[in-house]
Amino acid sequence: MNAGSMMPALKVEGLTVGFGETIVQHDISFEVAAGSIFAIMGGSGSGKSTLLKAMIGLLRPSAGSVRVGDEDYWVASAERRAEIDRRFGVLFQSGALWSSMTVAENVALPLRMLSTLDAQSINSLTRVKLSLVGLSDASDSMPAELSGGMNRRAGLARALALDPAILFLDEPSAGLDPITGKRLDDLILELRDGFGMTVVLVSHDLPSLFDICDDGIFLDAASKTVIANGAPKALRDGCDNSTVHAFMRRERPLGDLDPQGVDHEPR
Amino acid sequence: MGVSGATSTITLSGDWVARVSGVDPRAAAQILRPGIGRLAFDAGGLGHWDSALIAFLANLREAANAAGVTIDEIGLPPHARRLLALMAPSAAKAPSLPGVSLVDRTGLAVIHAFEESSEVLAVVGNFCLRGAAALRGHASMRTSDLIICMFNAGAAALPIVTVVNLLVGGILAFIAATELRQFGASGYVASLVGVGMVREMAALMTAIIMAGRTGGAYAANIAAMQGDEEIDALRSFGIPVFDYLILPRILAMTAMMPVLYLYGCATGVVGGMAVAGATLNVTPTSFLVATQASLSITQLVLGFCKSIAFGLAISVVACRVGLRAGRSTDDVGKAATSAVVASIVGVLALDALFDLCANLLGI
Repeated sequence: MNAGSMMPALKVEGLTVGFGETIVQHDISFEVAAGSIFAIMGGSGSGKSTLLKAMIGLLRPSAGSVRVGDEDYWVASAERRAEIDRRFGVLFQSGALWSSMTVAENVALPLRMLSTLDAQSINSLTRVKLSLVGLSDASDSMPAELSGGMNRRAGLARALALDPAILFLDEPSAGLDPITGKRLDDLILELRDGFGMTVVLVSHDLPSLFDICDDGIFLDAASKTVIANGAPKALRDGCDNSTVHAFMRRERPLGDLDPQGVDHEPR
Repeated sequence: MGVSGATSTITLSGDWVARVSGVDPRAAAQILRPGIGRLAFDAGGLGHWDSALIAFLANLREAANAAGVTIDEIGLPPHARRLLALMAPSAAKAPSLPGVSLVDRTGLAVIHAFEESSEVLAVVGNFCLRGAAALRGHASMRTSDLIICMFNAGAAALPIVTVVNLLVGGILAFIAATELRQFGASGYVASLVGVGMVREMAALMTAIIMAGRTGGAYAANIAAMQGDEEIDALRSFGIPVFDYLILPRILAMTAMMPVLYLYGCATGVVGGMAVAGATLNVTPTSFLVATQASLSITQLVLGFCKSIAFGLAISVVACRVGLRAGRSTDDVGKAATSAVVASIVGVLALDALFDLCANLLGI
């Protein structure tokens, strides 16, 4: 049905990202297989979202390349980049909904601007996307009236508007209750299995990472590069690196002892 | 579509790509003909599909449920079935509120206007009380905030105040020179510029600049803080929002406006003097002597009082508009616009009131 080809959906080679003179991550290389769910992991401030920005065209990398299919994204012309962008769906950390529009208008806008579909088709597709994220009853609400979790789910519905080939999700389950989080995981799996989407996911949510991700990289804030790659479950069970080991098992890293040996037993 | 007894089997074939084929809203009605009690699917020939197929199936399911037709999803691709299952059925719509009549709307608008006026007066009252407390050192206001606000409403505004008042003084002198020359009254150019600037234009033009420049910034800043829950955070700690956020802004604007007014008068006279010198060959000394002779201290006090009232009005309106703004980024822009428009209208209304009173008092 939606079988992925052998060519990776995304290939990042020797990528260095940063702001001005500050290097956030350097020499990052990895491949995202078509139809896989790929995790970008790492501690807070390790540059996961910055790397994501370089992959979706919001931040020009200082060095290296991002290949989408057989095209080098940052070498392509502006017109080609716009074409490639239309194959991307992006969920931002805060949802990033356009505040002057209702939730339904937010989802419908990319379809209105970038497709030639008639209004009824756009309405039907908008309803489906909102229903998939469980927000069909909030379609006429303004973003300011929604909770943080609802904003993010509406952002996901908008990211799905154009049925993207590659879906980038920045912290999709942050702030969601466990049931909604699990439902979101199921949805991501079904989007991959049903629509054949490739999903790139930045997340701290360990249960979700273990459940749904096929592959991934682990970014380190100290060495500013990738220190491990593989599926999150495999990294949890078999990675020797102490930082990755501690992260995956929610433990304190070696050498980071309790101050003055204070224990935290209840009084 | 094949029909066998009361069961219709829908054969799904080819590619279903939303951006190419869209979703036909009439398809469900065409399929659900009378006499059909059950729908089944054959997806053997289905090619690539995306949300177009899900949208079609969701529409069909909704219509079938409404018509009492059973849907057998067994023949659908398993992932399509699971995606359909993930689509939460929409809850019953909340009953909509009855419409509001024109009379009710007018009444509500009047009540709203009355409430808003009360709120503005409450801000003025609060300012008097808390301002007095601040002077005695009893307000929870940071001196550094006050100094920053005074810089923003004072020194930082000097370039634009200079340019505008120089030009206004020059324009007054130019108009006076052209018109009065016809009556042989060129000697009165200095009086017109002096009185015009001191009594009216310096205070008014400076106030309009400050409404656009600083009033708009106050409203946008407070509205953005509202959206980011910064004001809620202040309240959660019990930090008085008025003392911390509003008081330094109103104090700064009310204190700086008279200073800017005096500066505006001086630059306006300089502008007038330059134009009079260029067009009528009036020397600076004779221009200044004539200006001094035409001005009275009462006129200066009138302009000075106006500038204080304008500063108070602009800052009160801007802060009030910022505080009642919504929480979206869109509301920040709306707050800035409303603050500038309301401040300028308020300043003009106050100016008219001042002139009326001055006229009645024979000033």
